[in-house]
Amino acid sequence: MSENYEPNIVAFLCNWCSYAGADLAGTSRVHYPANIQVIRVMCSGRVNPLYVMNALQQGADGVLISGCHPGDCHYMEGNFYARRRMGMLKDLMEFVGVDPKRFHMSWVSASEGHKWKEVVEKTVEEAREAGPFEGFRRRQIDW
Amino acid sequence: MTDKPKVGVYVCHCGINISATVDVETVADYALKLPNVEVARTYSYMCSDPGQVLIKNDIKEHGLNRIIVASCSPRMHEPTFRKAIQEAGLNPYYLEMANIREQCSWVHEDMEEATAKSKKLVASAVAKVRLLEALESKEVDAEPAALIIGAGIAGIQAALDIADAGFKVFLVEKTPSVGGRMAQLDKTFPTLDCSACILTPKMVDCASHPNIELLSYSEVEEIGGYIGNFDVKVRKKARYVDFDKCTGCGDCAAECRVKDRFPSEFDQGMGKRSAIYLPFPQAVPAKYTIDPESCLYLTRGKCGKGPKCQEVCKAEAINFEQEDEIVEFKVGAVIVATGFDPFDASRKPEYGYNDYPNVITGMEMERLVSASGPTGGKVKVFNGEEEIEPKEVAFIKCVGSRDASVGNEYCSRVCCMYVAKQAHLIRDKIPDANIRVYYIDVRAFGKGFEEFYDRVRRENVRYIRGNPSEIFKRGNKLVVKVEDTLTATPLEDEVDLVVLGVGLEPRADMREIMDLLRLSQSPDRFFLEAHPKLRPVDTATEGVFLAGCCQGPKDIPDTVAQAKGAASSAMIPLARGKVMISAQVAEVDEATCRGCGFCVNICPYTAIELVKINRFGHEVEVARVNEALCKGCGSCSAGCLSDSIQPKSFRDRQILPQIAALGVLK
Repeated sequence: MSENYEPNIVAFLCNWCSYAGADLAGTSRVHYPANIQVIRVMCSGRVNPLYVMNALQQGADGVLISGCHPGDCHYMEGNFYARRRMGMLKDLMEFVGVDPKRFHMSWVSASEGHKWKEVVEKTVEEAREAGPFEGFRRRQIDW
Repeated sequence: MTDKPKVGVYVCHCGINISATVDVETVADYALKLPNVEVARTYSYMCSDPGQVLIKNDIKEHGLNRIIVASCSPRMHEPTFRKAIQEAGLNPYYLEMANIREQCSWVHEDMEEATAKSKKLVASAVAKVRLLEALESKEVDAEPAALIIGAGIAGIQAALDIADAGFKVFLVEKTPSVGGRMAQLDKTFPTLDCSACILTPKMVDCASHPNIELLSYSEVEEIGGYIGNFDVKVRKKARYVDFDKCTGCGDCAAECRVKDRFPSEFDQGMGKRSAIYLPFPQAVPAKYTIDPESCLYLTRGKCGKGPKCQEVCKAEAINFEQEDEIVEFKVGAVIVATGFDPFDASRKPEYGYNDYPNVITGMEMERLVSASGPTGGKVKVFNGEEEIEPKEVAFIKCVGSRDASVGNEYCSRVCCMYVAKQAHLIRDKIPDANIRVYYIDVRAFGKGFEEFYDRVRRENVRYIRGNPSEIFKRGNKLVVKVEDTLTATPLEDEVDLVVLGVGLEPRADMREIMDLLRLSQSPDRFFLEAHPKLRPVDTATEGVFLAGCCQGPKDIPDTVAQAKGAASSAMIPLARGKVMISAQVAEVDEATCRGCGFCVNICPYTAIELVKINRFGHEVEVARVNEALCKGCGSCSAGCLSDSIQPKSFRDRQILPQIAALGVLK
């Protein structure tokens, strides 16, 4: 691993809580690492577990999924589905030999700008420890 | 999609908000090299009129059919740009935003890093926008009625405004009477208007208004549906008193076998009430209620030879067989006006609120000075030995506000002024009293506030800057231990009465409303508004509005102003009679759906059902989405085994290219 290795993180945030929380972090000018790129979805329940695998195939070293706190989902129960699905996915990833430090799930509400910063820092730090990921790389798909 | 995508990328400087950290020109140059991008420009404020004109002209001149705006959060300006491209003749859903402000320029310091990240975000947006589809928003009818939860001054004002405009209002109040906290107050600052005198006419109005259906002693159980068409279920709790027969004469309360045995909620526990009671004399509706927790007959099944209230009620209104009733109705908009809880002073044990009867809260002081209060307006306190008129009075401000140790960092906004007002009232009633106010800061920010504060100081009320550390007893006096921080003098003041200027807290039961309406909390735990400045009465749930202290501490004028704001916002869908429903709903590919029904079970809105169709001569079951019920969350899609159900604008084939684009520049 080179000294200045910077992991590439793809994050899926729900529109109502975590994306708003990340916006609040911006409005409050809290600073966090630039390694994270966000894809907005309406609900963490929208995130197909295959997206995580796909991100790892397409060049990500780590993936973060963040939604509303359990019980606070804007769509009532979407984040429960996300939690169940991603729990299974995490087990599967460990089974096939992917370092679980590459995969994170968090609950960040619309008022938790500072928590978002902590989540990003932790995600980036752990992905950095896990090192560059070449496990499932495949040729970039031209959609 | 027959036409080839022609993408225009617009990178905003946002003054220097973005351009100070992101090299916008480099981002635009980079964007121009991306597939299908025809035009890439930068501009100082894309959201401004000339910025929008720039986009519109390019759409016409270059025949652009997909637009990317790289600027602030889509939560901020997506509607603005959707409208702009629609005006230029493009489908509004052919827009994608790259959030390079809130999630890039404002949170990163290094220009190189922030520019590289912006490039990726733009590339990701380009990857998605090429594959977006045109969507048509649909209009549905809106029910011309509103639900208002909470009948304090906020709820009452909003109800009156909406009802006066000619719409039906369902006003739901948890307690037996409308009026809320304002009804408990004696005078209001800074004008010293009598609170009851200005409130009770409004209370009566809202009970007698032909357009208002007042549901007192009721709670909202369920709210389903969406803006324009909310289905509401309300539980009318049993009063054990026939609402139509009760004349409000009060014979029952006077004869109750447990007469005046229970602390009165209205008098903050300082006065007593019977098991059958009217919360306060001016209560609206003036109908008695039996408290099932204190009534002998209801708790033990026996009350002497027979319930006394039933015996004396000439109207025969007492009915112990009464049961809760469920009322169901439809409304187009909802206003939440649930108010606040006063801070629980026992959470500051150093002030001895639980230990000494002559340490009281500001709310209790209101009842003590009120002519309709438990002492008839005489300021009398029990100092542990005898009842006295206090000659030495201390007020402590910021109890439970601006105090991280109890988790309340916010200012409660009303305490400075109600303490000044109460000091004035004490001066009025006990002219020779020695009155001090311990404060951290005095915030007299409103209309007439500073003048009032000045007046109170001239009435020989001493303001001492210092936050008391402890209150303890010495003889029959209370000792307030404090440092006067202006003169750096430690003081031990001996007083007869301490009034704690308690702050405002979110209601302990706000969770129920949050769960009903999917509302969020801001960091201070009050309800979160859609935008702190520009949408202060809206929530993230369309058609649901906030009024009063449930959104944050407020005084009465601010509460009334916000209630009027919420009422006018709520009336928009009611007056139009129609609402747009989101076009971003899920869609089923009937050719590949296998009809397993997983999505039917997943959907929290029961928006999906299985229907029989004819597929190549065979009758098969497939899922079908009810577009009016679907909210577009996409949970169904992630659970679909054949990827047949997909939320529009967030389809797999639109998100996967976004993921791929984020991986390229490594």
